Amino acid sequence: MAEERGTKSPRRHERYRGEYPIIVENLKNQFGETVVHEGLDLTVKRGEILGVVGGSGTGKSVLMRSIIGLQRPTEGEIEVFGKSIVDAEPDQQIGVRDRWGVLFQGGALFSTLTVGENVEVPLKQFYPEISDELREEIARYKVLLSGLPEEAVNKYPSELSGGMKKRAGLARALALDPELLFLDEPTAGLDPIGASAFDNLTRELKETLGLTVFLITHDLDTLHEICDRVAVLADRKVIAVDTVPKLMELDHPWIQEYFNGPRGRAALTAQAVDELRRHMDDPVAARAVKALDNARSSRDKA
Amino acid sequence: MAGLAEYELEQGDGGAVLKLAGPYLVSTIGALDEELRSLEGPIAKVDLASVSEIDTVGAWVACQIAGEHNAEIVGASDRAERLLDALEGLSSDYGIAPPRAPVWVRVPEAVGEKVFNARSGIVGVVSFLGALLISIARLARHPRNFRMVALVRQVELVGVSALPIIGLMSFLIGIVIAQQGAVQLAAFGAETLTVNLVGRITLRELGVLMTAIMVAGRSGSAFAAEIGTMKLTEEIDAMRTIGISPMEALVVPRILAAVLMMPLLGFYASCMAIIGGAFVGDIMLGIPFLTFLSRIQEVVPTYDVWVGLIKAPVFGLIVALAGCYHGMQVKGNSEEVGLRTTLSVVSAIFAVIVLDAIFAVFFTELGWG
Repeated sequence: MAEERGTKSPRRHERYRGEYPIIVENLKNQFGETVVHEGLDLTVKRGEILGVVGGSGTGKSVLMRSIIGLQRPTEGEIEVFGKSIVDAEPDQQIGVRDRWGVLFQGGALFSTLTVGENVEVPLKQFYPEISDELREEIARYKVLLSGLPEEAVNKYPSELSGGMKKRAGLARALALDPELLFLDEPTAGLDPIGASAFDNLTRELKETLGLTVFLITHDLDTLHEICDRVAVLADRKVIAVDTVPKLMELDHPWIQEYFNGPRGRAALTAQAVDELRRHMDDPVAARAVKALDNARSSRDKA
Repeated sequence: MAGLAEYELEQGDGGAVLKLAGPYLVSTIGALDEELRSLEGPIAKVDLASVSEIDTVGAWVACQIAGEHNAEIVGASDRAERLLDALEGLSSDYGIAPPRAPVWVRVPEAVGEKVFNARSGIVGVVSFLGALLISIARLARHPRNFRMVALVRQVELVGVSALPIIGLMSFLIGIVIAQQGAVQLAAFGAETLTVNLVGRITLRELGVLMTAIMVAGRSGSAFAAEIGTMKLTEEIDAMRTIGISPMEALVVPRILAAVLMMPLLGFYASCMAIIGGAFVGDIMLGIPFLTFLSRIQEVVPTYDVWVGLIKAPVFGLIVALAGCYHGMQVKGNSEEVGLRTTLSVVSAIFAVIVLDAIFAVFFTELGWG
């Protein structure tokens, strides 16, 4: 333990000022005979929410695991905050692990610790000099910041609902005030109300804390609502990175099916109607909303 | 040194101004926090104008100090302003650790709970045994539901793959008994009785007992961990909804495998121990290897073999029952799996040793001394 602390890399005193916190170049991932990624390039801009989409098995999670150094790529170069991840061991201190927060799909909370103690773990690991009192205060306000009720702080993960587990996982991911946040399907398994609340929370946190967010999702509403850009994974690489409206103009069969399929159109319509409702004082908008509502109810009857 | 958080208390008109400078981040606050908190008031203003970097932790500390001294925060950058707004009203005083009763309440409570649970534990095991018997009876009436493949697989896991380790262990135990026995018996000039010692003790007691302990460690724990994990991942519930009885699909094959394999493993273990003894006899006592083996046939009564063979399936049942029962009791989190696995091995070995003592008295009374 003492040795580990001795070899710790210099403390960060500045936020990352570079343009691209994540740069992935020519990434190749291969498991046995299966090639998951080949020649994959991706850059994430500072301060954006980048959505990552792709069919099941296209390696979205593998990409994330490669970037955070849990999965050593077969070939290629990955830089996070200007430091190479590829050559580092998963447990090695390279001065980036205290600058990112990761929310795993199932929350991955430590089941023998309470929510508050879960949030304390990264603080204890990286900054043991912080007093117990302050650390507890930090844990408490992080839990509240993630939108959990205050009594959740001393509950065990097994006592929480799925949505609350996600929020608790987010609180732990935010424990060190990271600049980069990885979210693996944060809204999967949440009800629509919980999902849209989580979307809003992500956007608010990104704006107040100045986060860069790497967001894996299947949720079309999330893509439309909060993502600044969307990267599409198909054919073992990132085939396009752009805003949702521009992606929809592209002529790739998977993209077309994804965004212009029934669910994609529904998400788009919902967003359009929301936008129109905000301008109900405008007679044109009011008429359009009415027409859309009528169209929907008659379709339901049929 | 650059990159360190600093502070300065300046007296001015209208009260003291606390000037914060440098980075106020989670990485730099640790050294400073307690000093800042113990500052003597009154402080009228907290000035953030020369703060180079700030995150929520820095903002939180500034907020706390301002709140404590009823001071005003000035000179905050846009970012600091946003953070301060976000943190507003987020204080709470819930303890992080789960609520805990004081020791004098906790200890008697825990003891009482243990005693109370022991009762339901016994009821639980007995009713589990009952459910098992019912399942077996049902399978006997509808043999088509019986899972032969699962049984064969378990026989392989419990029996066949245990052969090397049980063989080696018994061989070494045979060596130790023969060697130590020979040393003691030599004092009476009765080294030749080593054959009796090795033959009778391994066939009657040690062969089966050590095998039961080994099977409890190898297979009983595996049963508890497997079934416990399946319980956690809701596989057991999924089975029930499809109409598969977990008792028939998981428990019966495991218990039958243990009951069938224990006598074979126990006898095999005894044989290996005798071979180990014969090995020592050949080298240390000058009894030829084959002579040792043929002497065994003369000095060990047949009922010694029966004593071992009758005990073995009972021990197998106990070990497998403990494993499956504790596995089925798992609920909650992964810690419970570990706890139940430990419990299954400990209670299985304990029960086996208690039963062995009862058997020993029983068989002696029967005249099979």
